Amino acid sequence: MTGAYAIAAAVTDPELPVLTLADLGVLRRVEEKAGSVTVVITPTYSGCPALAAIRDDLVRVLTRAGYGDVRVRVELSPAWSSDWISQRGRQALAAAGVSPPGPAPSRQGGPVPLTLLPARRDLRCPRCGSAAAELVSEFGATACKALYRCAGCREPFEHVKEI
Amino acid sequence: MSYEAPASDHGDHDSPYEGLFGGDSDHWAFGTDFDDPLAGIEAAIPDGADPRALAQYCLMLGDDALVLSHRLSQWCGRAPELELDIALANIALDLLGQARLLLARAASADPSVVPPLPGSSDGLPSPVPAEDALAFFRDDRAYRNAWLAEAPNGDFGQTVARILLFATARLALLERLRASRDAVLAAVAAKGVRELAYHRDFAARWFVTLAQGTEESRGRVTAGLAEVWRHHDELFRAHPVERELAGAGVAVDPADVAGEADAALATVLAASDLPWPRVPQAGQLGGRSGRDGAHTEALSPLLAEMQSVARAHPRGRW
Repeated sequence: MTGAYAIAAAVTDPELPVLTLADLGVLRRVEEKAGSVTVVITPTYSGCPALAAIRDDLVRVLTRAGYGDVRVRVELSPAWSSDWISQRGRQALAAAGVSPPGPAPSRQGGPVPLTLLPARRDLRCPRCGSAAAELVSEFGATACKALYRCAGCREPFEHVKEI
Repeated sequence: MSYEAPASDHGDHDSPYEGLFGGDSDHWAFGTDFDDPLAGIEAAIPDGADPRALAQYCLMLGDDALVLSHRLSQWCGRAPELELDIALANIALDLLGQARLLLARAASADPSVVPPLPGSSDGLPSPVPAEDALAFFRDDRAYRNAWLAEAPNGDFGQTVARILLFATARLALLERLRASRDAVLAAVAAKGVRELAYHRDFAARWFVTLAQGTEESRGRVTAGLAEVWRHHDELFRAHPVERELAGAGVAVDPADVAGEADAALATVLAASDLPWPRVPQAGQLGGRSGRDGAHTEALSPLLAEMQSVARAHPRGRW
């Protein structure tokens, strides 16, 4: 028997298919009770459209595994942080050509500081390893990614944003 | 207990359409099909808070996000650069997500705010999630957004100025709302702060870039700022509902964050070599503001566009 947690944890994110839900850090917990199972997930961003697809995928794989009553619940708090992406997830991202996030900004109270100059991220081009990367945009093809261009190999690449 | 592990997950995504529609034919056309986006969050009304006031407050915060989200989505395919097109769509999506949660909270606090489906006298249960009904089946006078959110986009400079003003005020507000005694508001605020920090930085950087760019770009962004600045004071003027709930530790009095927001705006203006704008402030309509359902002529056409498909097919499914 494969437990419900292992099945749910192996489902992949529809927008970052190299990451499992567990590696992305959006799988909160799985509650199993007499054939019924409740999976608790959290969104990366408030408007993340992948959430509905993730829910459908979870219901499908768990139903196929024999669970009769599969529920998926969304929890907002505590808010997801890119720090929750696992080491294995970071390696998978880099291997797929996506630059993994650095540490999320942490603050001790007070107003969020305004940053007029883009924060320099300590990142490397996932293709050629060059550290000379230029930020193209803080917003990319999905809510969680910024867009970079490598000054070494001139290829564009995506970077998972710190949040 | 004995269950078989799935043999393989391959094949599920042979066709993208199977992934979209697989096994679930019950998608209502306009939602993302979560029965309750707030499930799992403490839904009790905090002691000392009037549920009706809480619902009105959630509509104010939610409608600000929803209406500006729609305005920004109108840039789709029209922004000066592809990257800006994507950025504006991303900001719109974040705001739409915040709106969804806030409208759902409005409905859970006071179900009487949810409008019926158009022409629904058949007694059938509504397939439409409450937050969608609030978005698509309310008339302009039931919207509680600030006028800044509904104002026309203008050019890119004006849009940047608007996002700067909006995100600066909302970020300062949500920063404090994280401590709300309402668990839903606190959770929405905690997520929203991280998103709005990106929105404000985006707008602030582009504002400075345009202001310190060419004569043309500086002229445009300055004119755009003057246009949206008419709504500056509106953002920090407390409505009685906000004041009442702030007293109960549920809401944030926007007047309390004006200093903090203005400090961030002053930083951007200084970096742009621009003086603090002296612009006559937009008044109210017979003493009523957007928070009371009084709106400018810009809102109705926006809603007509946003709501047209839902109103034409109130029970539409795909």
